[in-house]
Amino acid sequence: MQGMVEMMSIEQMYQDIILDYYANPVAKGLREPYQVEVHHVNTSCGDDITVRLAVQGGALKELSWDGVGCSISMSSMSMLAEAVAEKDLATFDTALAEFTRLMHGKGVVVPDELILGDAVAFAGVAKFAARVKCALLGWKAVEDAVTRIKGSTDD
Amino acid sequence: MDIEAIRADFPILKRRVHDLPLVYLDSAATSQKPQCVIQAEVDFYSHHNAAANRGAHVLAEEATEAHEGARAILADFVGAKPDEIIFTRSATDSINMVATAFANATMYAQQGLPVDARFVLNPGDSIVVTELEHHANLVPWQELCKKTGAQLRWVTVSRDGSLQIETLESLVDSRTKLVAWTHVSNLLGHQIDHRPFVAAAQRVGALTLLDACQSVPHMSVAVPELGVDFMVWSAHKMLGPTGLGFLWGTRQALAAMPVVETGGSMIAQVTMESSTYLEAPAKFEPGVPAMAQTVAAGVAARYLMTLGMAHVESHVRQLSAYAAARLGSIPGVTVLTSADGDPVSAVSFMVDGIHPHDVGQLLDSRGIAVRVGHHCAWPLIKALGVPATVRASFSVYSTHDEIDQLVDAVIACQSFFSRALSHRGA
Ligand SMILES: Cc1ncc(COP(=O)(O)O)c(C=O)c1O
Repeated sequence: MQGMVEMMSIEQMYQDIILDYYANPVAKGLREPYQVEVHHVNTSCGDDITVRLAVQGGALKELSWDGVGCSISMSSMSMLAEAVAEKDLATFDTALAEFTRLMHGKGVVVPDELILGDAVAFAGVAKFAARVKCALLGWKAVEDAVTRIKGSTDD
Repeated sequence: MDIEAIRADFPILKRRVHDLPLVYLDSAATSQKPQCVIQAEVDFYSHHNAAANRGAHVLAEEATEAHEGARAILADFVGAKPDEIIFTRSATDSINMVATAFANATMYAQQGLPVDARFVLNPGDSIVVTELEHHANLVPWQELCKKTGAQLRWVTVSRDGSLQIETLESLVDSRTKLVAWTHVSNLLGHQIDHRPFVAAAQRVGALTLLDACQSVPHMSVAVPELGVDFMVWSAHKMLGPTGLGFLWGTRQALAAMPVVETGGSMIAQVTMESSTYLEAPAKFEPGVPAMAQTVAAGVAARYLMTLGMAHVESHVRQLSAYAAARLGSIPGVTVLTSADGDPVSAVSFMVDGIHPHDVGQLLDSRGIAVRVGHHCAWPLIKALGVPATVRASFSVYSTHDEIDQLVDAVIACQSFFSRALSHRGA
């Protein structure tokens, strides 16, 4: 019985789909061309991600990344890349807000699958406070990249 | 040592996590506390609480006696004299105090005030550390160099985890003012021979500081025999309370060191214009001290001395050797060790294809607490060419059975991830 409880909770975090993306990353490998490159690290565990991005016609283009980290941070980045590539900035902002709400929801928030796509699988990770930062690493990096591009085109 | 009897002294070891018995293998981060240490704080607050070293009433006298008694026990624990032991907030705080003393001395010198030249840093002077330091024994020196224009130098670590100790001869020169290094690595777990460092520093008259956070809890350290000027460690890693650290210094070094934090209890005389200060340890201990904690730390040191530090060391070394051998025999597991020595009480390892953070999570689901990540030794992690490690660390209450459980869990972790990763993608 105890074993059951244990495996359920650990499998809640490591959903098949999360490990799937970990094994088969999306948009991994830094590519040309790009407008900005950002580098983010998770200071508590050393997870490390580099994101390249261009924005054309108000949409996220040429999103590519590389990094070293745990299955949660790496698969989250892949799902993000799949969910927002080629989408407009407003769609990214909505997805970011929804993903952040989910991850800060302590596991009780029901995510909107229409907005997040496969990334709803992270609902289980939100129960593990120490891993929330892992899941958010790529999102924060892309947010940073978008902000920098906006900043450089505003003036 | 009767480990079962020892375990019975630690209430937290009866805890369950995820409905499983706790297997605590993170003692290098902080050790657990025996009931006598917990009770010492309760007793102090329940019966003797008053401000030590001031006041003319019974409680104040009792508090002073208990507090200074603890200092004497801590001194005894490291073979020192009580007035050489300064109570600080942590080992980190102790190191920062010495760094601040250097900065203060440098500023006083710039104003022509009398200071001991050994604490004065001019541009072109240097501080020598190693590449395997905990951030606590690196970042304060970086900041000190920034403030003074001194240069930070370090002994590098090879891929095999050994220090390129022969470079000490050229790194330490007549402009070197301080040599600081760790006694036992918190990541590779091995003990570092202090003698080449002491010899190099003494050759040029530089001060020396030893980070003993990971040695003092596990082995007999007779600090006067080491030949260093300063040594730091923390109470919470030696079965003692949180919020308390120690700075040991030779009488000469403490007399020469400028004051750091100032205020009440450390003064000899005060006028509106200026003040004079007491001698160490009071000189470095302004304000009402952390008395409940010092008293509890004394009890922790007694507890360890009663077990016998030779027994403690042999127990943790045996566990480390057993863990390294068992983990190392699992296909796909690499144990990170140093060519400079065997681990004392901590073993770092990596599991092929599984990030340490994921390993840690799987272990936690089985009630096993380990540390994962860079262990506050980022430069060392980079020098070893790994992204992060899993670290299992031991104390007096750790058992071979716990290591067996760790080994089983690591194997289960490999199968969990291989199952999860292989039946797709393929
Ligand atoms: C080798 C070493 N030095 C310094 C420290 C810092 O100790 P504290 O956090 O108690 O100040 C630690 C703690 O992890 C350590 O292992």
